[in-house]
Amino acid sequence: MAEKTGIILPAEMATREAYGLALRELGRRRDKIVVLDADLSQSTHTALFAAEFPLRFFNLGIAEADMIGTAAGLAANGYVPFASTFGVFATGRVYDQIRNSVAYTRLNVKIAASHTGLTVGEDGASHQTLEDIALMRVLPNMTVVVPADARQTFLAVEAVANYEGPVYLRLGRPKIPRAVPPEMPFELGKAQVLREGSALLLVATGIMVGRALQAAAMLDREGLQAAVLNMHTIKPLDEDLLIAMARKTGAVVTAEEHSIIGGLGGAVAEVLAENCPRPLVRVGVKDTFGESGSPEALLQKYGLTAEDIAAAGKKALRKK
Amino acid sequence: MPAISAAANEELRLKAKKLRQDVLTMVHQAGSGHPGGALSVLDILVILYYKVMRVDPHNYRDPQRDRLVLSKGHACPALYAVLADKGFFPARHLKTLRRLGSPLQGHPDMHKTPGVEMSTGSLGQGLSVANGMALAARLDKSPRRVYAIMGDGEIQEGQIWEAAMTAAHYCLDNLTAFLDYNGLQIDGWTRDVKTLEPIVEKWRAFGWHTLEVDGHDYASLLEAIRRAQVNKGAPTMIIAHTVKGKGVSFMENQINWHGRAPDAAEYARALKELKN
Repeated sequence: MAEKTGIILPAEMATREAYGLALRELGRRRDKIVVLDADLSQSTHTALFAAEFPLRFFNLGIAEADMIGTAAGLAANGYVPFASTFGVFATGRVYDQIRNSVAYTRLNVKIAASHTGLTVGEDGASHQTLEDIALMRVLPNMTVVVPADARQTFLAVEAVANYEGPVYLRLGRPKIPRAVPPEMPFELGKAQVLREGSALLLVATGIMVGRALQAAAMLDREGLQAAVLNMHTIKPLDEDLLIAMARKTGAVVTAEEHSIIGGLGGAVAEVLAENCPRPLVRVGVKDTFGESGSPEALLQKYGLTAEDIAAAGKKALRKK
Repeated sequence: MPAISAAANEELRLKAKKLRQDVLTMVHQAGSGHPGGALSVLDILVILYYKVMRVDPHNYRDPQRDRLVLSKGHACPALYAVLADKGFFPARHLKTLRRLGSPLQGHPDMHKTPGVEMSTGSLGQGLSVANGMALAARLDKSPRRVYAIMGDGEIQEGQIWEAAMTAAHYCLDNLTAFLDYNGLQIDGWTRDVKTLEPIVEKWRAFGWHTLEVDGHDYASLLEAIRRAQVNKGAPTMIIAHTVKGKGVSFMENQINWHGRAPDAAEYARALKELKN
């Protein structure tokens, strides 16, 4: 879509920014797209849509529960609502509203959360959701998508709009480099092999995909060929591809900007344990809250760098 | 002149008697459920479904139909009785209430029960949903109207007040909400648990066109609904003063009938009263 519409995305861009652009683009082509926000439209970039389609944009004020319910009502009557706020307010704060009014009802509500994970940065632990993937993943009927870069976000927004049903789309605050080859298409539920390798498998999601590719390059310099799988859809998880690649490589690392409990690492562990147990090391936040700091400093402190992934790879290999 | 003729009023009164019997039969057979709040809200549903709402049981997905969100989902036996009577689904389903595999869940499920517009049960969420439906009607430039019914205890939920602000801010004059103000909640009288008063002033302060009626008087209810329909620029809240357990002497204003099914003897007594 990005190319078709003539929008050229820079090499570095935040996924929330790409979301705003994609949403406006979608709004131009589909009059059933409506957007809701809870007083953060500049930060979530839904303001772009609001400026062009003021009648299809609803600011609910600082009232996230009401936003989710309103989105459900719009969806029940034929609209395709995208509801946005920071991840911490878009999930845990409104969990029962999502559970009962969106997931149980299978309504066509898209919850697009920005500012997820540690890279919220200076705002600190209260604003750094590290459990949102887990919360959303456990809900029946919910699809969970975490794009790896700006361009993938652009494609994911289109795919999510075309899919009928509730979706949680996880976006981030910082500018991140391109991680997925621009020509690679996006399909919900189909993981992407970004690098082949037979020694071990790195499964990553979101901003950790770029870092996993860096880690693979580091390991390569030490003679270890790691495959890299971009698990942009955490639910439904691409189990077939995961199992095939785990069998082929024999050791697995997961990497996510999220707690190691219940998110990508949890999902992968569940599938491997039931189908093809292999050594697994989970890179992510280790059952703790975050704190204030620059995004990069936080990623270093909490062990989410390329070096951490590479080290985890070697640890997994030792367990083989 | 009253909003409703004496003959029409009598017809509704008889209809409500029959529906109250259905409610008690369902809850008795299910062995659990919420008869108190179902009986208090029943006359509001009767006036809406038999005199006001444009809904067609044989084309119940018609996009131009009016919508009702029963936000106090636990009162669903009343809604089920009405929907069955209107022909949305066969009346024989009523006796399956709360049983495994039944289309009639313990709380409303929009996918299992024809005519149910929104799955509810977790209190406080229905008004936001009704707002969304009202916004959708406006975007569609449709004259369809949206109705929402809340329990009185339910408005202790904060989300109700978020939604109240939203409806006023967006001037949702195609939305009419009802408060089934029976004064009782599980732990006792609302005034003892956490008072709702001054209730009319609250809704007015939130920007709502607010009316107060006897929630068991069809002429008053209908008149209020007509006033809501012609009111421009603001949503309408109809505070309906009701009696929990209405129609069955030993259930009226008795909190222990909030969530308990009548046993065989109680059921027989209740039915005898309702048949008189």
